[in-house]
Amino acid sequence: MSKGSPLSLYVPEPEFRPGDTPDFSNVKIPQAGSVRKPPIDVEAEEIHDLAYSIIRVMTRQGEAVGPWAGELTDEQVQKGLEDMMRVRAFDARMLMAQRQGKTSFYMQALGEEAIACAFSKVLRPGDMNFPTYRQQGLLLSADYPMVDMMNQIYSNKEDPLKGRQLPIMYSSKKHGFFTISGNLATQFIQGVGWAMASAIKGDDKICAAWIGDGSTAESDFHAGLVFASTYHAPVVLNIVNNQWAISTYQGIARGKAATFAARGLGFGIPALRVDGNDYLAVHAVSKWAVERARRNYGPTLIEHVTYRAGAHSTSDDPSAYRAKEESDAWPLGDPVERLKNYLIKKGAWSEERHKQTKEMLEAEVAEANREAVKNGTLHDGPHVSPSTMFEDVYKEMPLHLIRQRQEAGI
Amino acid sequence: MARMTMIQAIRNGMDNAMGRDDDVVVFGEDVGYFGGVFRCTEGLQEKYGKQRCFDSPINECGIVGAAIGMAAYGLRPCVEVQFADYVMPAFDQLSQEAARIRYRSANDFTVPIVVRMPTGGGIFGGQTHSQSPEAIFAHVSGLKTVIPSNPYDAKGLLIASIEDDDPVMFLEPKRLYNGPFDGYHDRPVTPWSKHELGEVPEDYYAVPLGKAAIRRPGEEVTVLAYGTMVYVAEAAAAETGIDAEIIDLRTILPLDYETIEASVNKTGRCVIVHEATRTCGFGAELMAVVMEGCFWRLEAPVIRVTGYDTPYPHAHEWHYFPGPKRVSAALKKVMEGS
Repeated sequence: MSKGSPLSLYVPEPEFRPGDTPDFSNVKIPQAGSVRKPPIDVEAEEIHDLAYSIIRVMTRQGEAVGPWAGELTDEQVQKGLEDMMRVRAFDARMLMAQRQGKTSFYMQALGEEAIACAFSKVLRPGDMNFPTYRQQGLLLSADYPMVDMMNQIYSNKEDPLKGRQLPIMYSSKKHGFFTISGNLATQFIQGVGWAMASAIKGDDKICAAWIGDGSTAESDFHAGLVFASTYHAPVVLNIVNNQWAISTYQGIARGKAATFAARGLGFGIPALRVDGNDYLAVHAVSKWAVERARRNYGPTLIEHVTYRAGAHSTSDDPSAYRAKEESDAWPLGDPVERLKNYLIKKGAWSEERHKQTKEMLEAEVAEANREAVKNGTLHDGPHVSPSTMFEDVYKEMPLHLIRQRQEAGI
Repeated sequence: MARMTMIQAIRNGMDNAMGRDDDVVVFGEDVGYFGGVFRCTEGLQEKYGKQRCFDSPINECGIVGAAIGMAAYGLRPCVEVQFADYVMPAFDQLSQEAARIRYRSANDFTVPIVVRMPTGGGIFGGQTHSQSPEAIFAHVSGLKTVIPSNPYDAKGLLIASIEDDDPVMFLEPKRLYNGPFDGYHDRPVTPWSKHELGEVPEDYYAVPLGKAAIRRPGEEVTVLAYGTMVYVAEAAAAETGIDAEIIDLRTILPLDYETIEASVNKTGRCVIVHEATRTCGFGAELMAVVMEGCFWRLEAPVIRVTGYDTPYPHAHEWHYFPGPKRVSAALKKVMEGS
């Protein structure tokens, strides 16, 4: 053995940091319509290439092309655009509310709206999402009352979660939305278990589990893939790759793997990458995966490639770690603008209608906010009675909690 | 009425629960075809099918995480973690997920799961097959922690745990699987077939969680114990001739405060015995409970007899194990000056 230089640890770095001029021209973006659509009973090994490509439907000119196009009517797409705009308007208002001190914390989905909004359309009542904290679009596009979301954010007296949870950690069984943890990745394996239960019972409900690019490094992600693979669980495993885990770029979680989708291949799970800023592509790919699950072909892994255009949360300032212009330079564009251009190109939308819709949604959000604020805000209250904090730890309150409640005098 | 070992009683408990409720499912490492390394699930797959009793990958985070999802769906998973020592990869799923889902969702989702695990030493299992992690679970609000000491209770408590609507940690003292081991490792163990608590009805019954049992009524000193230590304490009481009231806690959370407080307020003396390490062990909590509820009636300092604050040593297992000699010494000491 020759005597070489001493070992050194390799620590990956993103290409651009504050002060750099981002240039993504080296990022390979396949042409819209160029990726094939396999039959839903396909085996993972027959579509390995799909884990390394990006399924796209909309061209830069705003046309829908290729085998994944043509699923939706104009009316459905208009509704989809409105859903995304609703999320954006909601986020903007709640961000402001946090800045005004009406709540402690908020997280936007800016730039990622297409993913949850399109996905929610392919689920049926009775199906269940095991979401992360950035899938508010699942609720806002599925008629969950906006005022209830705000009541939760304000931890006020009408908060459905009784002031127990950090803002935006919603829960609604009725709306197919599993209680958000706040600890990352734990929901991924839970979603697989939920799907296994549906199969055990011989039902036809399916599950969608969600995780971010950074959290795929958690062991729970591995557990989820192993169990989904072993038991052919009827689950869609969604990775939302928005490039940034707070300040940590996606290369730290991904390591030397070419893509996050490729993580599924070793488990024999069909894995696809989709342009997460292309509403039509997300919808088509999600529908394909959900149908696979529903028809007992087992799990599918989807990597939604997107970009976190905003800060991680209201406690974060991305200018400290990434180039300011990076969001604008991101090659997959903005999901709202792209779908708007598609509809305008089709003659099914206009700048005027877009403006009207935006104003209508802002008014809707403002009205909901007025209603919610009437129920109280975090610092000014009113909240639910503090005595409720001893409830629901167990179904029945054990003696030690009864004694502690008495001690608290509430 | 049949005589059963603790293993047979636990199996019979699961059999009863699975027979009564199709939503009860059983899985874990080696539990399916083979029936578990301690044989507790033997025959269940054959009887109830592979959809309801199956092998899992070696991934405790996955076993518990999947069970949480299944419970949220509406099933009642009763999963096995092969040794209590192996539960730690699942600790996040237990302490911050299972334990809090009812609370954080304001009753929207619930997690009725049972996590069974063999606990304790005395089988030359070394440091990774001998631990007693019960205090770690008891520290987590939202979990219940059950430790049976005999076949009758094991079955009844297991059925109650499966029927409970909250997550239950079910710790099975593995040294008791085949008999009421009293700490005398150099003597043959009495089999359960010769012990009255080895009598187990075949039919359904439940033993409620949160109720202690007085194994030996007495007037001079209260011994708080659970699992294997119940028999060690019985041996110590017999040897010393001290009239000890031996309380088998059975469930450490919820804890039966009333029974503990009534007994110590009666005897004025208390010895706490557990096999787990001492510092922040459950004995520390019991000591605090006695101080808070019985201080003015105490006639002597409360004494703890526990495992030492070291890993469970393989070759020195019987030096580590708090056997009858150490418990006898504590009983004598607490009686000094009486």
